[in-house]
Amino acid sequence: MAVSFEPQRGAMGQVSQAGVPSRPPLACRPSPPLGGRSALTSAFAKFFPAALAFALLLLAWELYARLGGIAPTVLPAPSRVLAQAWENRTALAENTLPTIRATLAGFACSLIAAFVLSALVDFLAPLRRALFPLLIASQTLPLVAIAPLVVLWFGFGLLPKILLVALVTFFPMMVALVEGYAATSAEISQMLAAMGAGRWRIFWLARLPSALPYFFAGLRISITYAVVGAIFAEYAGAAKGLGIYMLSAKNNFRPDLVLAAVAVSSALTLALFGLAVLVQRFAMPWERAGRDRKVEPSGRRP
Amino acid sequence: MTRLELRDVRKSFGALEVLAGVSLDVGAGEFVSILGPSGAGKSTLFQLLTGAIRGEGEMRFDGAPLDGARFAFMPQRDALMPWRRVIDNATLGLEVQGMKRRAARERVAPLFAEFGLAGFERAWPAELSGGMRQRAALLRTVVQQRDMLLLDEPFGALDALTRAAMQRWLEGMWRSHRWTALLITHDVREAVLLSDRIYVLSARPARVMREVAVPLPRPRTESAALAREAAAIEAGILDTLLGQPTPINDHPMENRND
Repeated sequence: MAVSFEPQRGAMGQVSQAGVPSRPPLACRPSPPLGGRSALTSAFAKFFPAALAFALLLLAWELYARLGGIAPTVLPAPSRVLAQAWENRTALAENTLPTIRATLAGFACSLIAAFVLSALVDFLAPLRRALFPLLIASQTLPLVAIAPLVVLWFGFGLLPKILLVALVTFFPMMVALVEGYAATSAEISQMLAAMGAGRWRIFWLARLPSALPYFFAGLRISITYAVVGAIFAEYAGAAKGLGIYMLSAKNNFRPDLVLAAVAVSSALTLALFGLAVLVQRFAMPWERAGRDRKVEPSGRRP
Repeated sequence: MTRLELRDVRKSFGALEVLAGVSLDVGAGEFVSILGPSGAGKSTLFQLLTGAIRGEGEMRFDGAPLDGARFAFMPQRDALMPWRRVIDNATLGLEVQGMKRRAARERVAPLFAEFGLAGFERAWPAELSGGMRQRAALLRTVVQQRDMLLLDEPFGALDALTRAAMQRWLEGMWRSHRWTALLITHDVREAVLLSDRIYVLSARPARVMREVAVPLPRPRTESAALAREAAAIEAGILDTLLGQPTPINDHPMENRND
């Protein structure tokens, strides 16, 4: 029997009438304005407490440093850090760029490796049993000890930085992806198999998209490790970079410049984090749709 | 004409015997239900049919041994992919068969009105109500144009009211399309409303306890007389399932909880 579809009247026609939405579907309706007033107020309400706490902390620090009679070579006030950062902006910028480069290159390598290996592991269960203990062991290595060794082996160039960034970011990404694949709904897999999809097809159509939320959760975590990893690598030895800048500032008794570099690295991490959130929004538009209210066509069911 | 034919199909998982020899037939254009208690092995039977697992016994389709790609399968929950728009969920089976996405969309789009989904082609599944999701899942199932539909408790996850509405809707759809269909359910009323014949399975290990023909005219929700007849069939099936003789007094409902 071939399934055919001649439109027919009768009880069925009446039923499909009931199902026709009497207002335009969500997808056609203008979405709530992102930059609108309500969005602005809600964003303000969301971030205001954090901003206030941060400002109060800075204020307390400033007052303590100014009125406590503490030497600026020990604890510089935030205002001094800011002023010195501006004065040394060229040097800071020169040292920030290599850090950004190392972070992004290392993170990109880590992402590619995590994707390829996680896919391999998903297809070959024995490989997973062979690799996971090794990967977990790699996470027990103290970075303080490993960083100088990697620099010793691979020199002062970009390579040791890439390796160290990859070392700290690869594992969370790998675990996130492997867990994400495993989170695929069994019913979807079974249905695809019944449709005649093979192993690779099911991976591409179901397992990979199912892993996306896990992937982005891992991405948000590991991108914050990435900058720290790069700075650690530079700290152990580099020609230029925020890490080596911090080291030499410390050796010159300039905690204000150390803190300026710290502020830059924090800003960098936050920017990357924000970028990850933004990418997730674009990559998973259905996630926001799910949080909107459900469509009930004019109260009629089903 | 018999299309699907199962003879003494058995399946055990280790020491656990799930199917203890199930035999059944489904004719062309016939709506057949498999009714049984929870955990009786109904879903195992479907997994055997779709080739997800292997068992013993004979499974034939149109006289030849079953070769897999005969069925369009609708799983228990709707199994819509949240990351695909409704129309791309509906085209999934066609895409797996190798059809280009654009061609598949053109094939599927005209059917949205009949399935009560007009205007929701570009919506995400999360934006649909439970009943709409099930209709989208059924649409995805029937557009595959396979020989037979396998429906695995398709309305089990819905609230009672939505489920009743969906059952009526499906009956209407079936009347106009006459799909050859095999439905798994543990809802006696659903089985009687939708089926031409019902196989009543025992608890695990499952075997066919009874085969019940439902000779009622369709549509089955129109008259009070029909509803009474349907209720009598339902009561008989329930007695088989619950292991009680048919009560002889006029108020069988009073004996239900003995």
